[in-house]
Amino acid sequence: MKKDTLMKRFIASILVALSFCGAASAQEGGPAWDKFPTERLTDQAALQHGAKLFVNYCLNCHQAAYMRYNRMHQIGLSDDQIKSNLLFAGEKVGDLMKTSLAPQDAKAFFGTVPPDLSVITRSRSGANGSGADYLYTYLRSFYRDETRPTGWNNHVFPNVGMPNVLWELQGTQRAVFEDEKGEGGEVEHVFKGFKMETPGTRSAAEYDSDVADLVAYLQWMSEPEQNFRVKLGVAVLIFLGIFWLFCWRLNAAYWKDVK
Amino acid sequence: MSEFKVAPANASAGVKLLTWVDNRFPATKLWKEHLSEYYAPKNFNFWYFFGSLALLVLVIQIVTGIFLVMHYKPDATLAFASVEYIMRDVPWGWLVRYMHSTGASAFFIVVYLHMFRGFMYGSYRKPRELVWIFGCAIFLCLMGEAFMGYLLPWGQMSYWGAQVIVNLFSAIPFVGPELSLMIRGDYVVSDATLNRFFSFHVIAIPLILLGLVVAHIIALHEVGSNNPDGVEIKADKDDKGIPRDGIPFHPYYSVHDLMGVAGFLILFSAVVFFWPEGGGYFLESNNFIPADSLKTPPHIAPVWYFTPFYSMLRATTDDMLVWLRLIVLVAAVLAIVKGKFGGLGKAVIAIGAALLLVGIGALKFTGIPALSGCDAKFWGVCVMGGSVLILFFMPWLDKSPVKSIRYRPDWHKAVYAVFVVTFLILGWLGIQPPDPLKTAIAQVGTLLYFGFFLLMPWWSQQGTFKAVPARVTFHAH
Repeated sequence: MKKDTLMKRFIASILVALSFCGAASAQEGGPAWDKFPTERLTDQAALQHGAKLFVNYCLNCHQAAYMRYNRMHQIGLSDDQIKSNLLFAGEKVGDLMKTSLAPQDAKAFFGTVPPDLSVITRSRSGANGSGADYLYTYLRSFYRDETRPTGWNNHVFPNVGMPNVLWELQGTQRAVFEDEKGEGGEVEHVFKGFKMETPGTRSAAEYDSDVADLVAYLQWMSEPEQNFRVKLGVAVLIFLGIFWLFCWRLNAAYWKDVK
Repeated sequence: MSEFKVAPANASAGVKLLTWVDNRFPATKLWKEHLSEYYAPKNFNFWYFFGSLALLVLVIQIVTGIFLVMHYKPDATLAFASVEYIMRDVPWGWLVRYMHSTGASAFFIVVYLHMFRGFMYGSYRKPRELVWIFGCAIFLCLMGEAFMGYLLPWGQMSYWGAQVIVNLFSAIPFVGPELSLMIRGDYVVSDATLNRFFSFHVIAIPLILLGLVVAHIIALHEVGSNNPDGVEIKADKDDKGIPRDGIPFHPYYSVHDLMGVAGFLILFSAVVFFWPEGGGYFLESNNFIPADSLKTPPHIAPVWYFTPFYSMLRATTDDMLVWLRLIVLVAAVLAIVKGKFGGLGKAVIAIGAALLLVGIGALKFTGIPALSGCDAKFWGVCVMGGSVLILFFMPWLDKSPVKSIRYRPDWHKAVYAVFVVTFLILGWLGIQPPDPLKTAIAQVGTLLYFGFFLLMPWWSQQGTFKAVPARVTFHAH
């Protein structure tokens, strides 16, 4: 048991280190991103909870068309559990996670077709952090804005087409802006934080935890083999390390006669 | 044809079989010439690992490529999904794909280091000019191979990177627009482009590449390897005709390279298993968004291994052309006044420089369209192409009396250091969105890069050279 947690911590710490590696992308500037709690990536309960949130709240408009439901075996769900908890419209467990929302309808409803979420975390990394950091911040940055068609706006994705689908959990919040004098004397609209208007069914801390679970699931789904990859990598490196030692001594044995 | 050999009656089955084969195919002869009796200098150092490693990466790319092609769909509507299918549904597909994507970057790292080894020890000098030229051709093929392969995942960066680079060809006067149309097979990058790039990536270029690799190795084994001292080991042979400073490649360098292979695989696996995105440089985050011909990403950068050359392309602005005119003028005047050319040579230089000056727009102020020359975009393409093609001329640009950096004046090392730093800075700048300061730095970098090569006939002769020893320097392990 202890060894298991150590291994998990090790994997988590490697994944944390790797999640900072998105500097090459152009998603620069804009508000800072909060850090996604990466230890959730190796927490099966969190991943399962995230899967449930994903299927209930995201999968209606978005799809994850490269992902099969039965991949969730890897986060500890059996076929029966998947069938009874996550399949609502007669899908089979081996099906791809598609939506029934037609693209042209989506375009009419939201002004754009909601992106496929299979690899969404991998596509959103940037100078401000990993894709998971971005989504963790994004999903907690919705605020009421009556000037928008949906009545919602987002601080890290201004004028986003998506409304806050998690509002029942989070409650409704407003963004507080203050006018400040900039260096050149011009008035700047500065973001000062959020103010909760109507609380949701979850407290602020619980909601953050829900979003963390959901993002953990999205991060896992972007590359279901990632935890196994890191585990296998450790074994491969140990093997190669020993192999190198043999090569080194073999080389020395041959070269000792070369004068 | 050599004599028909007969194995002794009591020989083992293996010997009999080998004799049978040897009478029909030079198996033993090839083995001896290229491995067991190929005498390589015994003083190879760390830098000599990268040749065999390049071969290893080539094998990795071919083998993983074969498996990827089994599952990949070269179709604009299916390509992106088929890559994710490989990553998810194909058993071990993720590993094969990461090996291939990491292998592309590893190939360039290894090849850049391999080429730099050649720079340092003068491995391109007589009699190894063809080894070098085949090598440069391999590098050129590799760039084409990587560029076309990068389109295949059909992500946003694949698509727009290809769009930008193919558009460059349209800058060529007269034939440009038709040429870029022919490359794309359509007016924009599309399914037709994907299909032909797939064909080139999977068949055409690998065939040429393999042929060139064989030519590179045959040429090398004909003349023999250079070494860190730049000493010709064939000049000092023992009574059996074996170079005194040579040792058989097999087993000495086969076990040595095996150690290099193990070390390389450790680093390679570390990336494949723990860092496959390479910080967004090996797999770019934008490339996880399917290609969309209607959404141009805000910042399009080529993959890291092209960025030094891409930087030089971007550095060639109208301002840069003003400086280039001045440089061409000064260079031509200096060559005519100071150079040791005959009357005909001077005339050729004068006419060539005059044409070039008109081409760069020296007569633009006249307002006559026929004399206004080509625009900066065209010269940018020339600069980018030239920055790679100039490598082919290294054997004739370097006039230093010694091959190896070890016996050159110490300040030559500083020249090489400036060159390397310039190359790295150009590479970094190529990833960044352009701004005036960065463009200015890239322009200075471009001049330094070309200065290194074009002034080499002059600077490589200057200074006090050290005495080259008769034998290689070797300390027993």
